[in-house]
Amino acid sequence: MTDLLSRQLLFVTGKGGVGKTTVAAALGLLAAEQGKRTLVCEVEPKGDLSAAYECGPTPFKGREVSERLTAMSMDTEASLREYLRLIARVPVVGRIGPVATAFDFVATAAPGIREILTVGKLCYEVRERHYDLVVVDASATGQVIGQLAAPSGINELVRVGLVRSQTEWMLEILADPARTGAVIVTTPEEMPVSEAVDLAGRLGRETAVNLACVVANRVLPELFGNREEEVFEKLAGRSQAALMAEQIGASQRAVSSVFGAARLAVTIRRDGAGHLERLRAGIGEEVPLLYLPYLFGRAYGLRAIRQVAERLGEEL
Amino acid sequence: MSLASASPADPAALEQLVAAKEVIVACGSGGVGKTTVAAALGAAVAARLGGRVLVLTVDPAKRLADALGLGGIGNEATRIPPAAFEAAGVKPKGELYAAMLDMSESWDALVRRHAPDDRTARQILNNPLYKNISRRFSQGQDYIAMERLYELHEEGSYDLLVVDTPPSRNALDLLDAPSRMQDFFSSRLLQWLTVPYRSRLINMASRPFYQVADRVLGSQLLQDLADFFILFQTMREGFVARAAAVDRLLHDLRTTFLLVTTLEAVPGREALEMKAALAERRLHLGLLVCNRVLPAALTDPDSQEAAEALSAGAGDLARLLASGAGGGPEPDVTARVIEEVAASFSNFRQVATRESELARELSSLHGVTATVPYQPGHVADLAGLLQVGATIWGEQPKPGRRRKA
Repeated sequence: MTDLLSRQLLFVTGKGGVGKTTVAAALGLLAAEQGKRTLVCEVEPKGDLSAAYECGPTPFKGREVSERLTAMSMDTEASLREYLRLIARVPVVGRIGPVATAFDFVATAAPGIREILTVGKLCYEVRERHYDLVVVDASATGQVIGQLAAPSGINELVRVGLVRSQTEWMLEILADPARTGAVIVTTPEEMPVSEAVDLAGRLGRETAVNLACVVANRVLPELFGNREEEVFEKLAGRSQAALMAEQIGASQRAVSSVFGAARLAVTIRRDGAGHLERLRAGIGEEVPLLYLPYLFGRAYGLRAIRQVAERLGEEL
Repeated sequence: MSLASASPADPAALEQLVAAKEVIVACGSGGVGKTTVAAALGAAVAARLGGRVLVLTVDPAKRLADALGLGGIGNEATRIPPAAFEAAGVKPKGELYAAMLDMSESWDALVRRHAPDDRTARQILNNPLYKNISRRFSQGQDYIAMERLYELHEEGSYDLLVVDTPPSRNALDLLDAPSRMQDFFSSRLLQWLTVPYRSRLINMASRPFYQVADRVLGSQLLQDLADFFILFQTMREGFVARAAAVDRLLHDLRTTFLLVTTLEAVPGREALEMKAALAERRLHLGLLVCNRVLPAALTDPDSQEAAEALSAGAGDLARLLASGAGGGPEPDVTARVIEEVAASFSNFRQVATRESELARELSSLHGVTATVPYQPGHVADLAGLLQVGATIWGEQPKPGRRRKA
């Protein structure tokens, strides 16, 4: 696991709502703190990355968040512009307006065009060594496979042209486990775990990208050890609760809801543990599984990202 | 998991709402339980209020599909047998149907309907780019869901349609799908894109777009694209008229939206945005369901005080309990457990404090707000769906057989 941050390109993915952006932002922060020039890129520019770093808009050209840490949002149109300028050396840069508008429809119809511009931009940053590490807050499960498979898929569709000739070096970067890895984020719940297991399988079958690790986010702490649970059951009983209520001068109802809350916590934890077992079995023994705790405090914004980064640092 | 002290639903207001509406469109961000809530609402209406209710779902989890009896793939509606209700201990007043939205089948049907003749339809269906578009065009998915809804509504075989929507990259795409479809066909761009090919490539070389596109993408792909768009354009009239009709249905008085969310930060924020977007488009938001809400007792100040007192007096309490009748466990274990319990309560309460404000903000709408409490496990059968439905109706969940671990 020590090698996760020594790779150059990490795609962080998972079902919507599991904390992809949080994990991507935290990995970026951690890498920058370790001295790496780091780029974090949000592929679906919904503003989640900007909210995570509390840094204001993160444009395509990038925004410096802190020392060595840059955040950007993907914009396939801007990526096309950059591509035309830098690689295709097309001389019409000033008058590209209609191309951009038409591009949207063309990209919709032609498989892999939008994806190749997304992945291409990221691979380009890696190839040019502009950064030591590029962390991608990638698309949700459904779309990420398309993105990662685009360079190989596009060969079938586009028989000639510059795009095709550009796919080889991208594939070389993507398929190299020393350089590129996928990080699947999930939570100990039914659907996120099912999708994570499914995605792990599809990554292997349909893309050349190596699964670097799986992160189980929002894992509740174990409340009691074995003997303690027995004691808890006794205390939660009516007579003991009444005794405690009397002693502390509270209503029995209040004491019962305190114990009820603990029982709920135990139940949720147990439910989650089952899903984590399914996750472990589903992704295979060789894939590292990291755990991040449920954050009872503010689970949002830079403070939360720092907490997660710290924890990831310990786990790695 | 989320937590709120949201007020329970007003069953009378809820019943008025669903009685007055013919279409309920579920929306909300991914992972909040939208599909389950939509299905539960449909099941509850069929059971409690009667009529023929259809739940149209897009991509249900396997077990939910099983719970609804949706074994196969296809657009056909299947009736949930009355025996399934009886097995759940419910005598339904109405009939519940479920259908799954098959994207490519729906696209094919749409093409067959709008193509000028069979030959063109076949050409479109066999076009190499068509399959790709019908599967991947995400706004197209939203549109197809709305289109199917319209078709079912036109058929008039059901009293209430509850439609679950595809997990969009952006939940707002759904609302604009019909008008975008119109824009797409009406745009001069689409015509412009296909013109040079229709006129046998005259002038093409003189246009900078084609110079660039040809160089980057290759002329074969451009030719394929143009062929496709030329074919696609033959369906323009039908598509545009239909999309306008779909849009009218969404704005119709008989249609309302069901917004499903949890009270976690990100889904909550998206729900607020969704609420504003619905208002902006003058779409009717009739029902808000806060899903996976933790018990309201967690926000009770008395309980918090008790938790603090328990924590402070853990040592004394442990000794007292150990000296009680029959003797207790070792005081230090007991003290530790009491402290853990109190700390856990405070943790969960912290979540509550943060999220109850969100619940308040969300429920300030001219509609019904319902709360579905957190339950571990998953909905495994119709009984489970009906239990979720009952909580939408404001009934306390019964402990016991509701879910399977």
